[in-house]
Amino acid sequence: MKQEGNALGGLGSAAKTFLLILYALFALFPLLWMLILSFKPDSEMFTTTFIFTPTLENFRAVFAESDFLRTLWNNLVVSVLAVGLSLVAGVPAAYALGRFDFKGKEDIAFTLLSFKFAPEILVIIPLYLIYQQLHLIDSIVGLIWVYQLISLPLLIWILRGFFEDLSKDMEAAAQLDGYSWWQVFFKMPLPLVKPGLVAAGLLCFIFCWNAFTFALLLGGGNTRTSTVSMTRFLASDTVHYGWVAAAALICALPEIILALLIQKHLVRGLSFGVVKG
Amino acid sequence: MQPFIALAPSFLLTIGILIPVIVAIFYSFTDLTLRSSEFNIIGIGNFVDTFTSPDFWHSVSITLGYAFWATGIEMVLGLGIALLLNEENWLSKFLRLVLIFPLMIAPVIGALVWQLMTNPSAGILRFPLSWIGLGGFRWSADSNYALFSVILIDIWIYTPFVVILALAGLRSLPKSPYEAALIDGGSAWFIFRNLTLPMLAPVLLIALIFRLMTSLQEFAIIFASTRGGPGDRTLSVAIAAYSQAFSFYNLAGSIPMLLFLWAFIYAVCFILISYWRKAQKISL
Repeated sequence: MKQEGNALGGLGSAAKTFLLILYALFALFPLLWMLILSFKPDSEMFTTTFIFTPTLENFRAVFAESDFLRTLWNNLVVSVLAVGLSLVAGVPAAYALGRFDFKGKEDIAFTLLSFKFAPEILVIIPLYLIYQQLHLIDSIVGLIWVYQLISLPLLIWILRGFFEDLSKDMEAAAQLDGYSWWQVFFKMPLPLVKPGLVAAGLLCFIFCWNAFTFALLLGGGNTRTSTVSMTRFLASDTVHYGWVAAAALICALPEIILALLIQKHLVRGLSFGVVKG
Repeated sequence: MQPFIALAPSFLLTIGILIPVIVAIFYSFTDLTLRSSEFNIIGIGNFVDTFTSPDFWHSVSITLGYAFWATGIEMVLGLGIALLLNEENWLSKFLRLVLIFPLMIAPVIGALVWQLMTNPSAGILRFPLSWIGLGGFRWSADSNYALFSVILIDIWIYTPFVVILALAGLRSLPKSPYEAALIDGGSAWFIFRNLTLPMLAPVLLIALIFRLMTSLQEFAIIFASTRGGPGDRTLSVAIAAYSQAFSFYNLAGSIPMLLFLWAFIYAVCFILISYWRKAQKISL
């Protein structure tokens, strides 16, 4: 896709580059600053800016003085399984909502979205009591379940739009050829909405991975996620900003790796001529 | 029948959330505190106290301002950046990769990094600001600019969310209408206004709804950067409810605020989506 459809097409390419770089500065400088902090010794945290003796002490401390690795693993297990569950449950739902006309369709779609309307604290207080009864406090299953609130509505609503955009003719043809509903689903629409699937999956993973309130209040010693354990470096008597920065960077690594892996799929296979064309 | 079978798992997974909300509504008619598990039913007292308090309506106005500016700027900026990134040159290719990174930092930590950078006496940003004569700018410590400073963090974290969605939408647009428009010799703005924007609208609506929803509920960013202060300048409804419940132990008293927030988000999304569906039917 070239710049034909671009509102900014009138702008010179120098102006475009300038705007992009301006935004990139805003978006990336704080991260660069975090990177610098993570290599800074505590003693030089506020006394110097760019010139200092770099140290790996912060990273060592993060791994040594806490069970950070275990919380990282917890986060990975909970987030991957939560997104997996959302995909299994949400993709067929998005397909049904995007492709079929049936009574009450809009109401159902809205109800699924409405599970995200309630502020997290409103949900947590009673949910805590219910989880206690069900023995789900501080359990992987409990967290995966509550994370569905974060990922499932997002996934369904993003994907639904992509399914709506597909041409219906192909599936009609496939159905005439005698394929069942599910066969058609796996053969035709699913591969075509891959960019949407990939983008939605990535976003769901990021939001689950960074979920703080649910993990803090419904998790516990056994299931503490790295997002929660990071902030504990702040709560101690002396605040170790370097540790927090190092931990935050380590914590962002899985997301970055996933985004890089997925990037290829985001770019490739999108310029399918079949879509709507 | 198949559509309902396909929808069932999603419902089974999320329906459990209705129970806590109903339980919360019940608690709002009691005097439940954090201190003990015993409580009495006191009727609508909590609602009367909340809705007659000027502090509550102040929090509502803070929440609305926060959500309006954060969502508005993120949508415009996100769409603009997505358009700029949707080109095949090395800069766009590279930035497509890295510009989503702010979204990957947990909001609590992102807010902390911004607090460090904007610290008036030790933060790194005091240098560039002093070059342009704003050396004493106190960011979130200044009661006039506190809300602006917090909104800026929200924009930093969540603009990439809009960028990702808009970019995915841009990349699945069909090509043939563009070829036709190019033959007709439409200007760039004309093509954007009449082709790109309408075709992108569904994806943009979803970005708008999710940004609006989460910014109205935003807790982590505000809590980590200002805790509602200075004074009550960034005291949104979510923060006010949290301090009511956990600082003043008035658990039941916090629930009417949260229910109000919930109802408000419900209404806004309902109006947006029905308006959208109506507009779509007319255009068909």
